[in-house]
Amino acid sequence: MRNTSETKTTLTVNGREVSFNEETNLLAVLRKADIDIPTFCYHSELSVYGACRLCIVDVEGRGIVTSCSTAPEPNMRVRTDTKELRQMRKINVELLLAGHQRECPTCDKSDTCRLLEIARRLGIDEIRFKENNRQQPLDRSGVSLVRDPNKCVLCGDCVRYCGEIQDVGAIDFIGRGAKTQVAPAFNKGLGEVECVNCGQCAAVCPTGAITPRSEIEDVWEALHDPDKTVVVQLAPAVRVSAGEAFGGAPGELATGRLVAALKRLGFDQVYDTSFTADLTVIEEANEFLTRYQAGEKLPQFTSCCPAWVKFMEQYHPEMLPNLSTCRSPQQMFGSLAKRMLPERLGVEKKNLVVVSLMPCTAKKFEAKREEFWSDEMADVDHVLTTQEVTRMIKEAGIRFTNLEPRAFDMPFGFKTGAGVIFGSSGGVTEAVLRYAYEEVTGSRREEFEFHQVRGNRGLLETEVELGENKIKLAVVFGLGNARQLVERVARGEADYDFVEVMACAGGCVSGGGQPVNGEEETRERRIHGLFNADETLQLHAPQENPYVQEGYNKVLREPGSEIAHRLLHTDYTNRRPTLGLEVPEEHHPRPKEKVKIEVCVGTGCFLRGSQELYSELAAYLKETGQEEEVELCGTYCHERCDRGPVMAMAGIRPMTCRKTWMSEHGPVVSVDEELLENCDVNAAKTAIQEKLKKLN
Amino acid sequence: MCQNTDSSAVQAEKQKQPVRSFEKIREILRDNNHDPARLVPILQKVQEEYRYLPEDAMSYVAAALGLPAARVYGVATFYAHFALQPKGKYIIRLCDGTACHVKASIPILEAMRSRLGLGEEQETTDDMLFTVETVSCLGACGLAPVMLVNEQTYGQMTPEGAVALIDKIMEQENNQ
Ligand code: SF4
Ligand code: SF4
Ligand code: FES
Ligand code: FES
Repeated sequence: MRNTSETKTTLTVNGREVSFNEETNLLAVLRKADIDIPTFCYHSELSVYGACRLCIVDVEGRGIVTSCSTAPEPNMRVRTDTKELRQMRKINVELLLAGHQRECPTCDKSDTCRLLEIARRLGIDEIRFKENNRQQPLDRSGVSLVRDPNKCVLCGDCVRYCGEIQDVGAIDFIGRGAKTQVAPAFNKGLGEVECVNCGQCAAVCPTGAITPRSEIEDVWEALHDPDKTVVVQLAPAVRVSAGEAFGGAPGELATGRLVAALKRLGFDQVYDTSFTADLTVIEEANEFLTRYQAGEKLPQFTSCCPAWVKFMEQYHPEMLPNLSTCRSPQQMFGSLAKRMLPERLGVEKKNLVVVSLMPCTAKKFEAKREEFWSDEMADVDHVLTTQEVTRMIKEAGIRFTNLEPRAFDMPFGFKTGAGVIFGSSGGVTEAVLRYAYEEVTGSRREEFEFHQVRGNRGLLETEVELGENKIKLAVVFGLGNARQLVERVARGEADYDFVEVMACAGGCVSGGGQPVNGEEETRERRIHGLFNADETLQLHAPQENPYVQEGYNKVLREPGSEIAHRLLHTDYTNRRPTLGLEVPEEHHPRPKEKVKIEVCVGTGCFLRGSQELYSELAAYLKETGQEEEVELCGTYCHERCDRGPVMAMAGIRPMTCRKTWMSEHGPVVSVDEELLENCDVNAAKTAIQEKLKKLN
Repeated sequence: MCQNTDSSAVQAEKQKQPVRSFEKIREILRDNNHDPARLVPILQKVQEEYRYLPEDAMSYVAAALGLPAARVYGVATFYAHFALQPKGKYIIRLCDGTACHVKASIPILEAMRSRLGLGEEQETTDDMLFTVETVSCLGACGLAPVMLVNEQTYGQMTPEGAVALIDKIMEQENNQ
């Protein structure tokens, strides 16, 4: 039965009457009644999984049920506090702890770990089950995140977030029984698969099984080095969340104290990413107006979210021309800083270290993209997340709440409100409109806000008049939402001029590197904080930023100029896997100079004796003592059955193994790049020897 | 005799294209209407074709069905029936169900593994002749301990019997 808000109904909880209307599960009803039932696998925006069994309650006439997957019914009599429930919950937590490596003091997550919190809350004082963990290696293959399988409790929160909200599905349950793991495909690392580094898996993980990859040590190193001048840029969304780690409320502006804390940590200059956000707006708006007038490459997609950029490169490379070529504010900052600051600050370029402070794990990946390196030097050397910087502040023993606020350094510390609202979904669009309106109409608007693009919804569509033109806009967050939008555009079912995409819910305020905060409405409050900050600034449109103007006068000339392109724009890579998963260049193991021979053991070849050929070759290599130089392995059909028996010699660079197969017409063998047809054992031997001779 | 029939033009062409076109998998996918809900039967067919599930084949199936590779891999590793490594010519499946276990299946396993020189976690011999694995109840508990060599069933096995069987197969192989 469906309850509408008019027909309120009630049930009783621990003898107390509680009303409910639209809640779909008992857990939500209980929480509304201020009963905080512990949960591990429940997230309001994800599907219900019902695996952790912590949310159990006793329903009269039904017995013990999981409240997250039980619908409320009128007159239900629910108990949450019986002796049996308490004991069962404790046992469940003990079981979780038994399979979990308990090294809390060294865990990055211990401040906000839900497992630890619940264990303490339930008063767990001993774990009666044998610790059953096989120590497994950490997955450090990615630059944004570290996976520690030893701490996973298999709640599946990350799997569902990655699959249901981001529509990436980079991780899943692998294996079964006691060997079940949450991992990427084919035993690969997160850095080797289609993960876009959004870090939302880390944000929802109740334990420290997935965490942002820390660059704290690298930054300390630079700060301690007397030869280095270390500057830092602070992203918009960080100012409304960093205070939370020191008891502040979400959304409370901590900019001044943060600047003071960064100076105390030893940063020589503290700048604002909002400065280059202003610059991004001008470049991106001009790019848009040019495309709009020419009627080409529309819709223009924004490009400041690196998770979204990688998503496009993987899944819709055919639409890459539609992506704005503008670098993100982080990278525009890095590019300008490395070119302008050495002279300004009187340091050698090699001694200038640029750190950025971001709400985002994907920014770590972005800074490592080779487009943003020149002369073996990164434009942005290290990326710290909000979580990391608050840890550094604590480590240094700085009493954050007692700090006197300080101001950013000039000139890269000056911004307008347009650069600040970048941290919220809709912010980039609004900033572009503030600029484009004046550019197109030649006049100033009375009010600076564009309320139509604010809304904090997964997909917002609207039209805005710029002079005689109606611009069709979409603002979207969550990559699943983005994928649907892109597919509708591709099918011709939707038509936009400008589309803003952010991977995280509500924009960067919910980035994967932000403080983890179980409180509801955190996202709304942080967004509110950003718009408040915009309100209190004197300037709201990027073109009013005098230092940005100075930058154009002195270096960049005009928006979209040749030099602006060189310093502020970029291009993209098609990352669609042709076969198998994306394997970034740096993860290719350097192949040894070996001859690789593969024999098909598929059904067809097997029946025709591939086994014998294989054994003979194995014996032969043993005999000649060439086992080290030649790699022999079994593989599957190579689809050249009609021309067999074939032997293929795979080359000195065994990238994808050119495999050998045997088929309807007998054994097929491949040796490196070459395919040798009508081949027998002796032929194979000759080919191997020739190949080896060439190698040596 | 062995001759390299690939002209350099063909070679160049080949470098551009992946060597396989996955014709067989495409056919399997077509037979199953490219329906992601039929992932398990699809993987079964692919395994019948290749005798195991090669990584490339799983990636291809994933891409073709619009599923993340991790999901396909997750399913493939969930069912014991799927093999992720190429198997030997003779697949020995030793039952380790309750009945067989009680009747001492493990010593049989150990005897065979040591006869074949299999290292820890290794299931297939280096020459790809034998694969030794354990399975749960084969439904022939009356004959416990039970073992299958390819499709052939052997009941009331002993460690000595199993080793003798292996020796016999090896001898046959050598005489071929
Ligand atoms: S970082 Fe994002 S894309 Fe990568 S595994 Fe986590 S949720 Fe998925
Ligand atoms: S990694 Fe974390 S979120 Fe994912 S299943 Fe394990 S414990 Fe749960
Ligand atoms: S929260 Fe209900 S079973 Fe995990
Ligand atoms: S336990 Fe081995 S056949 Fe049943």
